[in-house]
Amino acid sequence: MRRPKLLYVPFWLTYVFLYLPIAVLVAMSFNSGESAYTFEGFSLKWYGVLAEDERIKDGLINTLIVATGATVIATVLGTMLAVGLARYSRSKILDAVSLMPAVLPDLVLALGLLVLYGTIQLTLGLYSVVLAHGLFAMAFVAAVVRTRLTGTDTSLEEASRDLGAGPVVTFMKVTLPQLMPGIVAGALLAFTLSLDEFVIAFFTIGNGEATLPIVIYSMIRFGVTPKINALAAILLLVSFTAVIAGQRLTKIGESRAQD
Amino acid sequence: MKSEVKTQPVSRSRGRRLGAFVFLSPGLTYLVVFMLVPLALVMSYTVFQRGRFGGVVYEFTTENFERLIDPLYLSVVGESLKIAAITTVLALLIGYPTAYLIAQLPPRWKTMALVAIVLPFWTSFIIRVYAWTILLSGPGLLNSALAKLGLGPFELLYNQGTIMAGLLYSYLPLMVLPLYAAIERLDPQLREASANLGASGFTTFRKVTLPLTVPGVLTGCMFVFVPSFGNFVVPDMLGGNKSIMVGNLIRNQFLSARDWPFGATLALALIAVLVLLLIAQAWAARRA
Repeated sequence: MRRPKLLYVPFWLTYVFLYLPIAVLVAMSFNSGESAYTFEGFSLKWYGVLAEDERIKDGLINTLIVATGATVIATVLGTMLAVGLARYSRSKILDAVSLMPAVLPDLVLALGLLVLYGTIQLTLGLYSVVLAHGLFAMAFVAAVVRTRLTGTDTSLEEASRDLGAGPVVTFMKVTLPQLMPGIVAGALLAFTLSLDEFVIAFFTIGNGEATLPIVIYSMIRFGVTPKINALAAILLLVSFTAVIAGQRLTKIGESRAQD
Repeated sequence: MKSEVKTQPVSRSRGRRLGAFVFLSPGLTYLVVFMLVPLALVMSYTVFQRGRFGGVVYEFTTENFERLIDPLYLSVVGESLKIAAITTVLALLIGYPTAYLIAQLPPRWKTMALVAIVLPFWTSFIIRVYAWTILLSGPGLLNSALAKLGLGPFELLYNQGTIMAGLLYSYLPLMVLPLYAAIERLDPQLREASANLGASGFTTFRKVTLPLTVPGVLTGCMFVFVPSFGNFVVPDMLGGNKSIMVGNLIRNQFLSARDWPFGATLALALIAVLVLLLIAQAWAARRA
């Protein structure tokens, strides 16, 4: 196949475009000066300042609580939904509705939930974010598990049913073990999505509470310091490592499945 | 024997109904309570009057829709459409050649190139947008570089161009991936046949590759347009006070002005635009 030389221009442009801002951000986190923009000299002092920031620590704890809660809701309900849709329903409408939280703009989901909470006069807190994140993460878990389900052999489930097991027993003993890799992948996806989610959390969180993305957002609005750059650099490192590790894991899983 | 043949389908179908109930009801209940009911509430709020501190007074009014067609608000919707459309076109222009090249790389490099496209997408959205303020700010890197050439300094931040750059940066991976999937699926023999019949590289692209990848193009365009159009974070952080989009307007109505009915009406307009686009996309995909 031909690869015209001219195509390499937009190709490399894409990668420079994607990585230049991140690279500058990380470089600026090692600034010894007070400015987030002009580099004066190398220093790790902002990482030290970061470690003492209580707001960031609280934000991180809140984020982990929300992500854990949302992942539990999303994984349990999303898996059941995927099995139900794949094995017990032929409805296109139910398929579409179960995907809607992943397709609708986050702003629409966010204000819908705000209106719901306001109408039933629920006091907002962290749990209102957990319930909200559970909703959109569930759609992603259901989608991931669903792809796994279409790949599995139904003859084992049929054999189990023929031998007299009910739907629940068949699910626990036959379907669930086969689905495990998909469920784990879906749970990881749910957790990662919740960690980074800003818009829905911003609308549904209680007064005076904040998840990490909300902390960062408000810090930036009050003026930027290299401290934010240091925090950003750490978070970038964490997500890059997680994605690459996830990539390796799925590769190992795939090669095992083929053996 | 006969009775067994008769009873089995009955117990099977009862089992199926039980299974459907057990597996579907928890998730569907969750979707109804936290998505469908909220959406219905938002729709209904568009015809009610505002409460004093947010919320709603259940008295019918058409006032919200009258305000919606105020040129002031319509122009914000128009500007948002323009910004999202230009962002989408730019994403297509640099995304297509990128996806095209990735699809033709040797397998090892292909995986690496794809991971490198997706990697930024898995990092915090807020941080990715923030990175642009550092790059573009007055004393930032781009201005320092331009100063070395004897140019500037320029006010690079806080205009519509900056918003587009931020949106393009945020959603470019969502353009490249479906394009890659569409190009990858193409049978290489089709292009070979076209070349053997004497078509130039560009003619082959125009007559064979491009028409066959239209569904991927449409999907990519939707993936970029939808989150760009309703965005409020990017214009908030990169647009300054002058440029706002319909997302900011909605955010302000709900969180600062506390006029939920008007916010709901703006949200309805946003959803209406997106639904129209989805219908147009489905129609175009069927024709392709």
